Amino acid sequence: MAKRLDIKDLNVYYGDFHAVDSVTMSVEPRSVTALIGPSGCGKSTVLRTLNRMHEVIPGARVKGHVLLDGADIYAPDISPVSVRRTIGMVFQRPNPFPTMSIRDNVVAGLRLQGEKNKSKLNDIAEQSLRGANLWTEVKDRLDKPGGGLSGGQQQRLCIARSIAVEPDVLLMDEPCSALDPISTLAIEDLITELKEKYTIVIVTHNMQQAARVSDQTAFFNLAGVGKPGRMVEIDHTEKIFSNPTQKATEDYISGRFG
Amino acid sequence: MSRLANLTGRKEPELRPFPTEEDLKAKRAFRPISRSRRLTDKFVAGIVTLAFLVALAPLLWVLWTVVSKGFPAILSSNWWLRSLQGVLPEEFAGGIYHALYGTIVQALMAAAISVPLGLLIAIYLVEYGRGQLARLVTQMVDIMSGIPSIVAALFVFSLWVGTFGQPQSAFAVSLALVLLMLPVVVRNTEEMLRLVPDELREASYALGVPKWITILRIVLPSAMSGIISGIILAVARVMGETAPVLVLVGYSRSINFNIFDGNMASLPLLLYTELTNPEAAGQLRVWGAALTLIILIAILNIIATVVSRLVAPKKS
Repeated sequence: MAKRLDIKDLNVYYGDFHAVDSVTMSVEPRSVTALIGPSGCGKSTVLRTLNRMHEVIPGARVKGHVLLDGADIYAPDISPVSVRRTIGMVFQRPNPFPTMSIRDNVVAGLRLQGEKNKSKLNDIAEQSLRGANLWTEVKDRLDKPGGGLSGGQQQRLCIARSIAVEPDVLLMDEPCSALDPISTLAIEDLITELKEKYTIVIVTHNMQQAARVSDQTAFFNLAGVGKPGRMVEIDHTEKIFSNPTQKATEDYISGRFG
Repeated sequence: MSRLANLTGRKEPELRPFPTEEDLKAKRAFRPISRSRRLTDKFVAGIVTLAFLVALAPLLWVLWTVVSKGFPAILSSNWWLRSLQGVLPEEFAGGIYHALYGTIVQALMAAAISVPLGLLIAIYLVEYGRGQLARLVTQMVDIMSGIPSIVAALFVFSLWVGTFGQPQSAFAVSLALVLLMLPVVVRNTEEMLRLVPDELREASYALGVPKWITILRIVLPSAMSGIISGIILAVARVMGETAPVLVLVGYSRSINFNIFDGNMASLPLLLYTELTNPEAAGQLRVWGAALTLIILIAILNIIATVVSRLVAPKKS
């Protein structure tokens, strides 16, 4: 079930390059936190460090702490695999597994972790697809390949796949940037529903989207070319979009730069 | 006023009549393609077609020669079901079943060794290999793929027969074929694995799936169709190798099921032996064996295509 995330003095490095400077923030359970900011400011990088996905990139490393309900996900004896089981991720481009049917895609996480009980898997597939508002659209073609769905449906399939393993936190990396406005609306509605059960952190380039779906918003920016990205401020979404403390935030949300 | 004009408050755009055919002919806003460009285009297209025909001619010629001269040989059922045991050089009798067996068995045995080895090397290079060791392995594979087949055969001869004191045999041939097949399998598998998008690996990791299961259940199945067809083509490639069979095993006119000892025929070896037979029957056997080898390789190519279609991920 939904847990809180506490991030303290998180620095991210790619080899010698200091990519993100000292981020500190808290994410309440059952809330949506949006990370906004111009390209290259490190918001996606920060998101990926929240379930240790950055470790896929050679040379990427972090300093600092990320606590999930008080437990450090970077503690030395913790494996990234177990972290990712509790903190799921949805990516920018929908990426269903091409060799699998719709149903197998949804329960892929469980099956690859060793679950074999057919009826249990089928139940979870239905439950997750309903949870992702996709069930009625695909219930008659569960055995067809996932690649045959539209982009928006594929993205909801990926969300269903993520919630099928029942994570505590769901990270979303620009989940709508490859989708049309109607599919985007469907995903945003879904995020609002998922908030009841999960803690959600979403990176978005779309400020209206941040304003629509999130409870708190963090604004990231670059101090300059070659300098690390940093978090400028974080506050309730209404406050950020109506009366931000920092001038850079106001300039960004009013469209004066970026 | 129309609804658009009502909504926008703008004046309705004036509709101009579309120009008539005569107007279009009279008006030439674009520069026509010049005569010289048109000629150059024709000329280059002609050269390319000619080059294609020149390349195609020897292929068709070889095919026609082999088919027309070898076809009478492969028509009889004896060709496929008998060996040449007790058949006189001038006699139109017997068949190549013993050589067909040898070719298939030697190639399959080579595949049985080089496929698992090659898959593991490729998986290491793509999924795990970083730094010095990976570079060294890649370089070794490169060097291996440049080894002439006669050198591979002589190496196996000195190692297997010389150092280990083993008899010449079909197995020794397979060892030499492994040296020739391994780099092909590694290279092909490596390319296929690199074609699998990283997004799929990340999607799997993000579900809390360990790396080795991700490789086994996500990456390999996604690349399987290309890997399998590459393996089948590599098998077809080594079936025609002649140097290893000349060096590493003696020719036999009868069937030999023992892989580890004794002479064993194969299609290239039979072909080579019958070349020295001046009789008409021998010539027929040469062309027949050549045609049989081509048919065998063609069948493997077809199987490769069919299998890769069957295994490939389906769209909808």
